[in-house]
Amino acid sequence: MDLDALAGCFVSPACLVTQTTSGLIIGMLLFLVAVGLTLIFGVLKVVNFTHGAFYMFGAYFAMTTYQFTGSFALAMLCGAAGTAILGIIFERVFMSRVYGSDVLMQLLVCYAFVLIFDDVVRMIWGPEFRSMGMPTAFQVAPLFIAGGVVPPYYLLLIGVALAAAIVLGVGLTRTRIGKVVRAAAHNPGMVSALGINTGLIYGGVFALGGMLAGLAGALAAPVRSLTPGMGFSVLIESFIVTVIGGMGSILGALIGALLIGLIRSFGSLGFPLFTEGLMYLFMVIVLVSRPAGLFGKEVA
Amino acid sequence: MTEVQAEPAAEALRAPRVETKSLLSPYRDVLIALTVFAILAALPALSSSKALLDFVIRCAAMGLFATSLNLLVGYTGMISFGHGMFFGLGAYGFGLIMQRTGMPVPLAFAATLATTAVVATIIGSICVRLKEIYFAFVTLAFQMLIHSTILSWSSFTGGDQGLRGGIPRPVFLGIDLSNHVHLYIVSSALLVIGLLAMRQIAQSPFGYTLRMIRDNAMRARFIGIDVWRAKLTIFVLAALFACTGGMVMALFVSGAYPEFAYWTISGEGIFINMLGGVTTFLGPIVGTVLLLLLNDTVTRLTEYYGIVLGIVILFFAIGLKKGLMDFVVEWVAQRRGGAGGRG
Repeated sequence: MDLDALAGCFVSPACLVTQTTSGLIIGMLLFLVAVGLTLIFGVLKVVNFTHGAFYMFGAYFAMTTYQFTGSFALAMLCGAAGTAILGIIFERVFMSRVYGSDVLMQLLVCYAFVLIFDDVVRMIWGPEFRSMGMPTAFQVAPLFIAGGVVPPYYLLLIGVALAAAIVLGVGLTRTRIGKVVRAAAHNPGMVSALGINTGLIYGGVFALGGMLAGLAGALAAPVRSLTPGMGFSVLIESFIVTVIGGMGSILGALIGALLIGLIRSFGSLGFPLFTEGLMYLFMVIVLVSRPAGLFGKEVA
Repeated sequence: MTEVQAEPAAEALRAPRVETKSLLSPYRDVLIALTVFAILAALPALSSSKALLDFVIRCAAMGLFATSLNLLVGYTGMISFGHGMFFGLGAYGFGLIMQRTGMPVPLAFAATLATTAVVATIIGSICVRLKEIYFAFVTLAFQMLIHSTILSWSSFTGGDQGLRGGIPRPVFLGIDLSNHVHLYIVSSALLVIGLLAMRQIAQSPFGYTLRMIRDNAMRARFIGIDVWRAKLTIFVLAALFACTGGMVMALFVSGAYPEFAYWTISGEGIFINMLGGVTTFLGPIVGTVLLLLLNDTVTRLTEYYGIVLGIVILFFAIGLKKGLMDFVVEWVAQRRGGAGGRG
């Protein structure tokens, strides 16, 4: 424990800015993964344990595209589109078979694919750590805000994630498709009786969730190292986020992700060895006081 | 106690399901247990293979853990993602007590169980209020909290290196646990005794109360069962058996590692249950043997262990849609022309 460092940081603007930005990028990446998770749970009522694998695939797709084309924008696009396609195939071919059955069966199918996906990545890209490297467009001097160092890439990352959050929020509440998706979450039988193909909606939501995780992976590729199994810790953290925010709530995912991001970045100063423990402790406190999460609907 | 309170209700529920049993039936489980133990105990005399004995010891550790998880998942309908914390607690608790105090083995054994009971009661009283997926998540959170604590409290637990330096094993009652055969016999005995005890719990009126809570918790509450207390009781009991499994594992590897308290152990336990099937008492043991065999063969044959294991899991989840023992039981029931019931 190093409480002096934590207290010292709170009185230094430079340190505050640095820690807050690093907390924000952790939070924003987590948000992109967690919002897909929460969306899939909200509509399909499935806890998608393979979500971390989509994050991993997004990162690897982006790295490979960048290596071949040298275009950062194309890399992001391929990361997102590739995982969207993967998501729709996975949902239609495998997950749709276990909707009616036990929660445990769904978990088992996901667990099987976590193992398979990790090994597929190991086969294609090898078991060693890989890195994509910072795209040349962002290899510029960092910005200094109140003495704190902020790499420009971080701003892009936060901007993209925020844009995704806004598009998603507006799309779900203001458009016709959003209305249909919310209706399907509420009562799929009725939606289907009204002549809407719910299978298509399910596939679409899964693809969207996969795409957001893939985008997060692609955005993270320049700043994190790539390895098979990299999705694991992200999966666990985004679970914490969705549970804290409330399963099925997009606003909850955003707030939860930011809280976890800040806990991680400031916690690493004050409790360098117990940062993870802090997150779990926070999760326990939230779950015990509000079992459905901060923004979740109370379950009867 | 809950058992006494629950008895009339459970008996009423049980009535239509009673099968015709022979006079021996009260002792049937004990007889089976004795026979199995006799066979296991004779094994070292028949075969000198160390690998075989090792395999049985590992089965004992994981089997106790998985069967205790089935008490929660299969019998009570409480899907715990954090059951592995008690496995880890058993391994670390036993290892630490033996290293630090040098107590006699049985005393350390009892002390570890007592510690686990206290921890399980505290954690359980918080967790069992929550339902279904929230129960799963909060148990997972506690598991990870304990894992983080083990990692960060390195002066006490050895951190990510694990508890090293071996576990001292003073001889007690003529049993020397550093002797491989002695360790094997003790592990087998613990397995058989543990299974027998869990079988007794599952078949007792209390066990039938648990099945009722699983099937309809509200009805159970209406007829006067204290659901919270029954759930907490089985949570603590299951933790004790998981802890025993952890102690066997600690003795086997002569140490304790953070992975023992990591959530993958809980995942493995759930997976074993699904593999073997949750509707029969012995399903988890069958699952344990299957998984360990699969583990050993696949890792020898290929480095892409995940793909093979994943495909096997898919076969069970999408192909059979149930565990192996569930499948066998239903198949046998169909052959006899009757419907297989959930026991």
